[in-house]
Amino acid sequence: MIELRDVHKAFGPKRVLRGIDLTIAQGTSMVVIGGSGTGKSVLLKCILGLITPDSGAITLDGQDVARVERDAFLARFGMLFQGGALFDSLPVWQNVAFRLLRGSLKRPRAEAREIAIEKLRRVGLTADVADLYPAELSGGMQKRVGLARAIAAEAEIIFFDEPTAGLDPIMSGVINDLIREIVTEIGATAMTITHDMTSVRAIADNVAMLHDGVIQWTGPVADLDDSGDPYLDQFIHGRAEGPIEAVR
Amino acid sequence: MSRIAALLAAIGRPVLAALAALGRVSIFAGRALGHMLRPPFYLREIAGALLNVGYFSLPVVGLTAFFTGGALALQIYSGGARFNAEAVVPQIVAIGMVRELGPVLVGLMIAARVTSSIAAEIATMKVTEQIDALVTLSTHPMKYLTAPRVFAGLVMVPVLVGIGDVIGIMGGHVVGTRSLGFNPATYLHNTVNFIEARDIVSSLVKGAAFGFIATLMGCYYGMNTGRGAAGVGRATKGAVEAAAVLILAANFLLTSIFFSI
Ligand SMILES: Nc1ncnc2c1ncn2[C@@H]1O[C@H](COP(=O)(O)OP(=O)(O)OP(=O)(O)O)[C@@H](O)[C@H]1O
Ligand SMILES: [Mg+2]
Repeated sequence: MIELRDVHKAFGPKRVLRGIDLTIAQGTSMVVIGGSGTGKSVLLKCILGLITPDSGAITLDGQDVARVERDAFLARFGMLFQGGALFDSLPVWQNVAFRLLRGSLKRPRAEAREIAIEKLRRVGLTADVADLYPAELSGGMQKRVGLARAIAAEAEIIFFDEPTAGLDPIMSGVINDLIREIVTEIGATAMTITHDMTSVRAIADNVAMLHDGVIQWTGPVADLDDSGDPYLDQFIHGRAEGPIEAVR
Repeated sequence: MSRIAALLAAIGRPVLAALAALGRVSIFAGRALGHMLRPPFYLREIAGALLNVGYFSLPVVGLTAFFTGGALALQIYSGGARFNAEAVVPQIVAIGMVRELGPVLVGLMIAARVTSSIAAEIATMKVTEQIDALVTLSTHPMKYLTAPRVFAGLVMVPVLVGIGDVIGIMGGHVVGTRSLGFNPATYLHNTVNFIEARDIVSSLVKGAAFGFIATLMGCYYGMNTGRGAAGVGRATKGAVEAAAVLILAANFLLTSIFFSI
């Protein structure tokens, strides 16, 4: 279980997170929505310790993430970065199998390669991309390679930062199903950021909406349509009129 | 009174900033060395860095040393002619190359070639979140990126300096025997007899120090880059400037340590 209590983070004068309270139960899928630039990516990075919050507590299974043994902590996580963040000096399969080629999960190269190709297949990529370099792929393909890398080591907690951004509707459907599958079949905990309302409904057990540095609304995905929250309503229906200003 | 205070503040601020930077670089250097000595070792990365810093620098180092050795022979010959000392060409070329020009030129070439590429590569990785991705994949960026490169600098640059010294002397030899009328055997004999062990040791020690500085600066500026393409550009420029200046400063320091007596 991941718990955030009153987490604050500012960049200079810009106060991005202003008291985040959020709980993600083990084995569930949490989807975070919210306007562009509201701090969703920053939130994920705070949990992973890539960004240090200014104040507040983040715990994983009751342990403060700032104090735990980093290697063991990170070994439990997989992360898809919003920009893919593929290593452009390595071919695709070595990106996917990065964790399997070194460190505690190290295994023979041939085996790691096989796993990488299997993971690539799961995100809808064929084996012939395995030996290409990331720069030779389209944006959506890079995103999917990043996704394959996030799930390659079968981590228990996986963060997806906009997994379907830039994908066609069919491929989005494939990715949504994949994330759902990882949660229901493997029992992983997932935290997904997305702007795509179809994805929200397909992936989420619970939804949290980030607005103005706080969690404006959170609840089960079934309550999404009759939350009675004007901010959430405006957001999910994509209306220009409402309490959220269009210019931020 | 407030004028004096303002003046002191104006002097103090950059001094403090410089000291803080020195502190940060020292801590970074200590961490790099720590990661170099403690396992796990990423052998593939180390091999890649050794190739890039060492082997692929050979052409530029060889050409630089050859032309400099040749030019040095010409200069000493024409300069020496003013007081009838043309005969010292082999000795001065040898001492000039081995003690000073070999290490300094190789160091500066490495700063141009290796420091810039390390800084640009790591800075780009930083701004495209690849460094963050490394961390989430349980791989320490200092161990995976910095340690292999700094190790390669420490080990390969002395080798390059040794090779540069030899090629520089050869350059002098070619010019000396082809156009200045020296006897090839005598030229070599004078060179070999004149060089002392201390000259060679100082040359290699300088090489190691310059290799360390060049690779460390590349990594340091790369890891601390600002955002975006402009950030990468500034990091690369800063790294090459810092490496070049520090190499020349270290050269002065090491020369005064080795040859002040
Ligand atoms: N390293 C940083 N330094 C300074 N400001 C930052 C940094 N990272 C993020 N920010 C700022 O924090 C705010 C939130 O950024 P974040 O990337 O979390 O947005 P987001 O909610 O993920 O948006 P999007 O949906 O567009 O991806 C932005 O205004 C951004 O400018
Ligand atoms: Mg984002």
